[in-house]
Amino acid sequence: MADEIKDKIREYVVDEYVEEGEEIEVKDDTPLITGGLVDSFSMVSLKLFLETEYNIKIPDERATAEAFDTLNAIAALVREYKDA
Amino acid sequence: MAYGTAAREFYQNELVGIRNDGLFKEERYIITPQGADIEVEFPEGAPVKKVVNMCANNYLGLSSHPDVVAAAHDGLNAKGYGMSSVRFICGTQDTHRELERKLSDFLGTEDTLLFASCMDANAALFEVTLTPEDVVIADRLVHASVIDGIKLCDAQYDSYKHMDMKHLEKKLEQFADKRLRMVATDGVFSMDGDVAPLGEICDLADKYDAMVMVDDSHSSGFMGKTGRGTHEHCGVVGRVDVITTTMGKALGGASGGCISGPKELVELCRQRARPYLFSNTLAPVVVSASLKVMDIISATTERRDKLEENTLYFREQITAAGFDIRPGVHPIVPIMLYNAKLAQDVARELYEEGIYVVGFFFPVVPKGQARIRVQLSAAHEREHIDAAIAAFKKIGEKYGILGLGKKEIIDKYGM
Repeated sequence: MADEIKDKIREYVVDEYVEEGEEIEVKDDTPLITGGLVDSFSMVSLKLFLETEYNIKIPDERATAEAFDTLNAIAALVREYKDA
Repeated sequence: MAYGTAAREFYQNELVGIRNDGLFKEERYIITPQGADIEVEFPEGAPVKKVVNMCANNYLGLSSHPDVVAAAHDGLNAKGYGMSSVRFICGTQDTHRELERKLSDFLGTEDTLLFASCMDANAALFEVTLTPEDVVIADRLVHASVIDGIKLCDAQYDSYKHMDMKHLEKKLEQFADKRLRMVATDGVFSMDGDVAPLGEICDLADKYDAMVMVDDSHSSGFMGKTGRGTHEHCGVVGRVDVITTTMGKALGGASGGCISGPKELVELCRQRARPYLFSNTLAPVVVSASLKVMDIISATTERRDKLEENTLYFREQITAAGFDIRPGVHPIVPIMLYNAKLAQDVARELYEEGIYVVGFFFPVVPKGQARIRVQLSAAHEREHIDAAIAAFKKIGEKYGILGLGKKEIIDKYGM
């Protein structure tokens, strides 16, 4: 079943982090940070995107490499704060 | 004693983790002064080996230049060994200010402030000059010290894809409502030798009313026709607002760094920068030698011209030998091997052949982009470079990688 949140984040991640000419498929469980696509420095734009797109505030202590490592984890985090 | 079993075990396990990840760094002891020909003891206790150094930031060959060494001796005699003070209490000699003025003249800026290192300069800059109302937007591959400096400040920060001007423009649009915008980039990127497109960056900065900050540590002294740096190379002298750079590479190679730019900004750093206020002054001997370096490179372009010739020659020869290199004009020449183990194996075998180079792999460079980083110097003579080319050919042949491109090397050795 299509997951709108994941698809939206996927679109952003591909646009924001995949370099031109790179062929990287971003699946739901593709490790973004431990896999080397997103580093801790550039992760901040993803956090900003999530906060703006979903009108939420993710506390810095929750914006960990683990919480941002896969689309599955990010979507779960977004849902947690959206529903809060 | 507070350093008990728990602390010891924690640190031991961390070190085991570093080793298991293949990231443990071992120092090699160099017996001689820095130069093209050095003698190395590695591993500890092994017989000393003579090698050609192809991995130093000694771009202009000034690290052990007799005139620089003599100036250091003179400075030691005239100004003493230490100042036992930070700059603003009783640690500023006339020569500190003289060096700041000479650096400003050389870089084409209004004023300059010295730091113990460029790491300190970068740690200082953003915290002093930007507030939560502001934003700094950095190239994703900027040096770790720029990233650390940005993290120390309260401003919003973001990053753009490496040298991707469309992405930078998007970010500048996104942060149009901020009070101050600063674009931060390395002039030359240390792992790739890529030269930042400063012309386009300055155009975008003009369009979106942003300041431009460049860490020119891998450029000052030799990039551009008279060696002023990447801003000269790109034809934007006077359009880069803030330059941070080091005396620890081309400019003598000992230590020291600076922030150079508009006089108010520099003065504010002099008043508020924590690494300036709470760290000792640059040693008089380093200042004296750095003044000599400024004299040498201001008087003649001979050394940067030789470095340019050496770079061109090495790049041509290593390409003709069949290696896959990142194209460019900088004396940093990444020999692309893609596979981490291959990069380490080739570097080790080159060392056995008398060529000192180092393999770099994730997380220092992105995954699947392992490489050997060769760095040329004006201290290299043609025979040094020819010896390096011959050794690379021999080892490249042994591993069957000559003439292979990225795909073929990855097919053969994996990522």
